[in-house]
Amino acid sequence: MTAPSTPAVSLVNFEDDAPAPQHAGKDSRPLRFITCGSVDDGKSTLIGRLLWDTKAVKEDQAAALSRDSTGKQNDLGLPDFALLLDGLQAEREQGITIDVAYRYFSTDKRAFIVADTPGHVQYTRNMATGASTADLAVLLVDARTGLLEQTRRHATIAALMGIRQFVLAVNKIDLTDYDEAGYHKIARDFRELALTLGVNNVVSIPVSALKGENIVLSAKASMPWYDGPTLVEVLERATQRGGQSTGFRLSVQRVSRPGEGFRGYQGTVSGGSIKPGDSVVVLPSGVEANVKQIVTFDLIRNAAVSGDAITLVLDRPVDIARGDMIVALDQRPQTGTAFSARLVALSPDAIEPGKRYWLKAGSRRQRVTVTPTQNLDLNSGKWQPATTLPLNAIGTADLDFDEAAIFDAYETNRQTGAFILIDPDTNNTVAGGMIQGRRKSSDGLARDGADKVTVTIPAHLLEAFRASDFARDHAGEIRISADEDE
Amino acid sequence: MTSTPHIVEHGRGRPPLDPHLKALENEAIHIFREVAAEFERPVMLYSIGKDSSVLLHLARKAFHPGKIPFPLLHVDTTWKFAEMIEFRDRIAQEYDLDLHVHTNPRGREENITPFTHGSARYTDIMKTEALRQALDAGKYDAAFGGARRDEEASRAKERIYSFRTPDHRWDPRNQRPELWSIYNGMIRPGESVRAFPLSNWTEVDIWRYIEAEEIPLVPLYYAAKRKFVERDGMLMMAEDERFEPLPGETIQEDFIRFRTLGCWPLTGAIRSRASNLTEVIDELEIATVSERQGRAIDRDQSGSMEKKKREGYF
Repeated sequence: MTAPSTPAVSLVNFEDDAPAPQHAGKDSRPLRFITCGSVDDGKSTLIGRLLWDTKAVKEDQAAALSRDSTGKQNDLGLPDFALLLDGLQAEREQGITIDVAYRYFSTDKRAFIVADTPGHVQYTRNMATGASTADLAVLLVDARTGLLEQTRRHATIAALMGIRQFVLAVNKIDLTDYDEAGYHKIARDFRELALTLGVNNVVSIPVSALKGENIVLSAKASMPWYDGPTLVEVLERATQRGGQSTGFRLSVQRVSRPGEGFRGYQGTVSGGSIKPGDSVVVLPSGVEANVKQIVTFDLIRNAAVSGDAITLVLDRPVDIARGDMIVALDQRPQTGTAFSARLVALSPDAIEPGKRYWLKAGSRRQRVTVTPTQNLDLNSGKWQPATTLPLNAIGTADLDFDEAAIFDAYETNRQTGAFILIDPDTNNTVAGGMIQGRRKSSDGLARDGADKVTVTIPAHLLEAFRASDFARDHAGEIRISADEDE
Repeated sequence: MTSTPHIVEHGRGRPPLDPHLKALENEAIHIFREVAAEFERPVMLYSIGKDSSVLLHLARKAFHPGKIPFPLLHVDTTWKFAEMIEFRDRIAQEYDLDLHVHTNPRGREENITPFTHGSARYTDIMKTEALRQALDAGKYDAAFGGARRDEEASRAKERIYSFRTPDHRWDPRNQRPELWSIYNGMIRPGESVRAFPLSNWTEVDIWRYIEAEEIPLVPLYYAAKRKFVERDGMLMMAEDERFEPLPGETIQEDFIRFRTLGCWPLTGAIRSRASNLTEVIDELEIATVSERQGRAIDRDQSGSMEKKKREGYF
C-alpha cells in the first residue's frame, strides 16, 4: 500500500504544532472595508498578505496558484497574490481587475469583508459599489512617490459614499530604507487631504506588504521609530459605520398573512430601535398605530434594533403594502415629491436630463424624473454645472416624483438615504444615489412640512435634546439632525 | 428611550446568536424576503448538503410564522449517497416542504455514469442540463442557491442577485452593480436571477451557525468507520453495488467523513475522527486545505468553475 499521494485525505497537517482550537463567537458583526490603490501600489500584495498571514489561504489554493503561475514568484518564495485575487479567467488573461471582488478573513477578535476594487480611474463605478457598504477605507500609496492625483480621487469617492474612517498604508517602506521623515511627510499630506473631505478619523501606517511588515505582524526591528498599531490592529478596533441617527425605520418588504387573525409586516430595521407599545406612523398614508408584537422564528422579542430582520404586528388593522415605511411617530423621515441627490453614474448610457427612471430605495420602487445639475471634477475636486452624467461621473441631480417619496438625508442614514436608478428600457442599474434633502418642487410649493427648520445637534447630546421640552413643544416645526463630526 | 435596548428572546431554548452570525442571518433573511416579494415564481435549489441545510433553516426563519412561499428543487443525478436521499425525504416530511425532484431522463436512456462518461460530461448532462430542464419546466424566474463567495476564486465577484439570460447563461461582464443592500430584480420574460443569501458566509460561519441553531445534517459529515478506496488521490466511498474496485485497489475501512456532499463517485472523503459538531469545527479551524479540495470538478483545470457557471451550472 502506498502513502497518500496528495494532502487530499486529511484536513490537518498534524506535524504542525496546532494551536488549541477555540470557536468562541465574535463580539461584533463583520467589519467591511474597501481597499483603494493601483496594482503599482501593491494592493493585490497587501490583500494577499492579509489573507496569507491570517491563514485564510489554504494549501490547495496556494498549490493552484503555483500551477497557474508562469513562474512568477517574489523573492520571498511567496505565491503571486494577484493570481489568488483575480478570479475570472478573462480578467486574468488581460492582467487587470475590472470588478469588485469580496474577500473574507478573520482574526480571533473579528471577521472582515474586503471589497477589492480596481484602481484605474475609469472604474469609479466599482469603487462606489465597494464603498457603498464599507465601514472604512484603506488607501495605499507607494512610499517612494507619496500621494498621487489618484489618491485624491479615491479619497473623494470614499468620503462621498459616506466613509468616515481612513487608513493610509504607506507601502514599500522597505524600498526607502525605512525613511521616517519621508513617511511622516506623506502621513501629514494625507491628513490634510482627508480633512478637506471632512474625514478626521485617519490612521497612517508604514508597511511593506511584500515583507509582511506592520500588516498582521509588527515590524519593530526594521522600524523602531514606529510604535503605532499594525493594519490588522486598526481594523480590529475600527468602529462600525455610524450615521444611523434617525428614529425607527422599517421598509416593509412583504405582508405575512399565514392565516386568519395574523397580519405581520416583514422587513429589516434600518434605523433606530423598536419595542412593543411604541407609537409608529405608516408612510406615505400617515396612519398611526402602536406596536403590539415583534415576531421572529425564535418567538417573541422585547425589542429590535437597526439591522434586525423582523416581523412587526400592530395593534389595529391598518392598510399597509410592500414599499410602505413604518417609522417612529416623533422622528419622521422627509416625505415629498422633489428631492436633490448625489449620483454615481454606473452605466455606459449617460444619465440624461428629463428621462424617467425606476428608483428603488429600501423595498420601495417608484417612477422618477432625473435632471442632472452638477458634475464633480475628481482631479480638481470642484463641482461644475452639467446636464448629463456619463459613465463613472459623480454628480448632483434633481429628482421629481409622481407620488410621494420617503427619505432621510444620506448623511443621517445610509439605508433610508440611498437608492438606485434602473433604466426602464434595459432594466440595468444605471446609478447609485444619495439623498441630500428635499427641495421645493418646480411649481414653487413646498409640500408636507418642507418649511421645517433643521436643528443640528452634536451626536452625544442628541438623546438629551430629543427628550427636552423644547424639542417636544416644537416637534412639528423642527427636524433634528445629528452632527457626527465632532 | 435608550439607543440599544437589551434584547430578550422568549422561548428560544438556546443562547442568542453572537453579533457576527446575527448580522449574517439578518442579511440572508432580508434577501429571502426581497426575492419572494419581487419575483413571480421563485424556487429554492436544495442539494441536501450543509449549505442547503443552513439555507433551508434561514428560509423557514424568514417567512415565519408563515410557510416557505415557494417550492424546493432537488436535481437528483441518481448518484447521490443513499443517506442523503433518506435525509432529504425525512426533512421534507418533517418541515412539510413542497419538494420537487428532477432527474434528466437522458441519464437513464443513455445510461450516463461518472465512470463511463467522465466527470465533466456526466456533470454537464446530469447536473447542468438537468437543472436547466427543471428551471424551464417550472418557469421559475428566481432560484435561491447556497453558493458562498469564499468557496472559489470565480465566485468572489458574484452578485447577490446573479443575472441569467433566457438560456441560463451567466455573463461575468454583464452583471448589474449592487450597491448598499438594494437589489435590482427587474427582468424581462424568460430571464431569471439566481439569488445567493449566503454570499457573505464563510465555511466556518456555516458550521458555527449549524452548531448555534442545532440544524440537522446528513450523518456523512461526521466521522464513522466507512469502506472506501484511494483513487487519483481521492478517498472514494464504496457506496453501493455500482462501485467496482479497479485492478490494484484495496477496499479499506477506517474513520472518514465528508466536508462537502455531492455524487459519491466524485466526492472525496477525508480521514478524520471528528464525530460530532464540536470536533468538526475544532478540526476545521486548524484546517490547512480548502473544502473544495475533495471535489473532482474543480481540479480538471484552473477556471473550470467559471466555465461551468457560464454554461448554467449553479
